[in-house]
Amino acid sequence: MSKVSLENVCKNFGNVEAVSCFYLDVEDKEFLVLLGPSGCGKSTTLRMIAGLEELTEGNIYIGDKLVNDMPPRDRDIAMVFQDYALYPHMTVYHNMAFGLKLRKFPRTEIEQRVKEAADILGIQDLLERKPRELSGGQRQRVAVGRAIVRKPAVFLFDEPLSNLDAKLRGQMRAELSKLHDQLKTTIIYVTHDQVEAMTMGTKIVIMNEGIIHQVGSPMEIYDYPVNKFVGGFIGSPGMNFLSAKIVSEKSRLYVDTGGFQLLIPSKKNSFLESKTDQEVILGIRPEHIQDAVFTDETSITDSFKAVVEVVETLGAEVQLNVVSGEHDLIARVDPRTKAARHQEIELAVNMEKIHIFETEPPNERVKTEE
Amino acid sequence: MVTIASTVNGRSSPGILSRLKSRRYAAYWMVLPLVILIAGLVVYPFVYSVYLSFENKAETKFVGLKNYKRLLNYKTFWLVTGNSFRFTLTAVFFKATLGLILALILNNLPFGGQRIWRGVSLIPWVMPLALSSMGWWWIFEPTHSAINWIIVQFGGTPKPWLSDPFWARVSCIVTNIWFGTPFFMIMYLAGLKSIPESLYEAAQIDGARALQRFRYVTFPMLSKLIGITVMFSTIVTFANFDIVRILTRGGPRYTTHLFGTYAFNIGIESGHLPRGSAVALFMFPVLGLAAFFILRNIARGEE
Ligand SMILES: Nc1ncnc2c1ncn2[C@@H]1O[C@H](COP(=O)(O)OP(=O)(O)OP(=O)(O)O)[C@@H](O)[C@H]1O
Ligand SMILES: [Mg+2]
Repeated sequence: MSKVSLENVCKNFGNVEAVSCFYLDVEDKEFLVLLGPSGCGKSTTLRMIAGLEELTEGNIYIGDKLVNDMPPRDRDIAMVFQDYALYPHMTVYHNMAFGLKLRKFPRTEIEQRVKEAADILGIQDLLERKPRELSGGQRQRVAVGRAIVRKPAVFLFDEPLSNLDAKLRGQMRAELSKLHDQLKTTIIYVTHDQVEAMTMGTKIVIMNEGIIHQVGSPMEIYDYPVNKFVGGFIGSPGMNFLSAKIVSEKSRLYVDTGGFQLLIPSKKNSFLESKTDQEVILGIRPEHIQDAVFTDETSITDSFKAVVEVVETLGAEVQLNVVSGEHDLIARVDPRTKAARHQEIELAVNMEKIHIFETEPPNERVKTEE
Repeated sequence: MVTIASTVNGRSSPGILSRLKSRRYAAYWMVLPLVILIAGLVVYPFVYSVYLSFENKAETKFVGLKNYKRLLNYKTFWLVTGNSFRFTLTAVFFKATLGLILALILNNLPFGGQRIWRGVSLIPWVMPLALSSMGWWWIFEPTHSAINWIIVQFGGTPKPWLSDPFWARVSCIVTNIWFGTPFFMIMYLAGLKSIPESLYEAAQIDGARALQRFRYVTFPMLSKLIGITVMFSTIVTFANFDIVRILTRGGPRYTTHLFGTYAFNIGIESGHLPRGSAVALFMFPVLGLAAFFILRNIARGEE
């Protein structure tokens, strides 16, 4: 059992509130990702779990044990640091064996475990080298190896891929996911990269400025962001936000952006009626704006006209920066589009996928379906 | 562009002026003043003292290795040799150990206090050694000794600090430790600062307690620096002059003389300059060896 529970945990550095009090349960064998922009308190949270940072308030349980006053070595955790923190004067073998040696494992067992880990990570040939003789990707593997030989209850990763180039990062993402399947332990993983979060996490925690905004599966967070921050943070390019108003005409509801009006699907009416004549923020993901000529027939759409400013061909799709009235929008459309610079285009919005947010902070999402 | 032009120029007319302009030679010209300075201040006196050590007392006749041979037959010379090694080994050991302990303590102080204490603890080192040796002389000095006064206050019996061979040696070594420890401390402190915090955190998670973190992280990370610092200090300590000269003048009965003070004693005070030179030159192998290890270590560090 390696469930991790954080109860009302918070952290202040002097007067600076780095992490506001929160509750969080990490289930056994879960791959939990703490995701948020730089400085939001992800590392601080992770370090509190590791025991490297004292709690200002609250309780942390690992398994069923209260670990508040337990030093890191007794917490049955292993951590991979952003800069890897390999011991420069030790060979790869000794880096990996160090934790076991301190725990007085018999030599044969140490050798066997290091070999096992090296096999999993493909670093058998590097065992006699010193860290400075390794590439970034190899160092990263050794750091992971040092963590897995200990077979801890919980793995903690602090942005382990941020020092790698894009290609290697993609590769390591896949390997870490695979590793999670193999090891079947709980992983808590910190990153500011939403792609890492979406591809590896079984559960994502979105943080900003020391506050947890949302906890959910990757798809939940993508489809139902609780507020404007989460909506804008997840997805690339980010969600389009337009200030708008809900208007009612002949018992139909529209969202009116000033420049254009979009018909709200009738099944959402019951949720939005109360907002009639109120200011809201309309959120549309770029992938939900299509060239009207090439929409898929199955979804309910409504269209508006806009002028194309930039056309970026990405191969599988085309990204358009368009202007409609006072609004700038980004759309990702079918590559067959005839869109050209400075020309008018008709764009179709998938109205089932739109999000309505409150104008008042914290800009919560207005519920539009069950 | 200019360089290319002048190289071309240099090739067509190999006059000294155009050679001077070419980059390769310009480099030599630029280091020339330093070479002359070093030659004048180091090489010349060294060569001259070697030459001198082969002469007789009146510096009128070349006597070959006679000065060296005579020294090797002096009991006093062997006493001085023993003194020098004992002084150096003991002083360097304590300076290195105390310096490390102080550096560790200082490094764990909160930032503000650390700056103040770092400044304070450098004072012994920045004070001119001759001056601070005078201060220590006052502390040990027989009639007004501060230490003896304290001992008496606590009901003990005063000690003849500078006239008993054992205590005189201790006094010289203590003074040297007091003077040299800050150098070690500041070097180690810089070394400690360069060890990334995350290594300690990784070690903590790996299960290392404080002492194990020192043994497996701090010490190996500092070992190269410790080696260089110890060798450096060995050279300076071995060649020490001021402390013994001021505290004991080598006494009682030569028991605190070091090579430096003994050379002065023979060469200047007894007026046998060539033999004094020979004494000083006996230091050369030890210093040369230490310098060799330092340079080798530095060269390795750069790999
Ligand atoms: N030791 C410290 N003393 C004071 N403030 C700190 C300390 N450590 C972190 N902070 C502050 O706490 C906040 C959260 O820091 P944290 O390192 O957890 O951010 P992060 O989400 O990991 O960011 P990044 O993605 O840049 O690593 C920041 O505002 C930071 O300045
Ligand atoms: Mg961080």
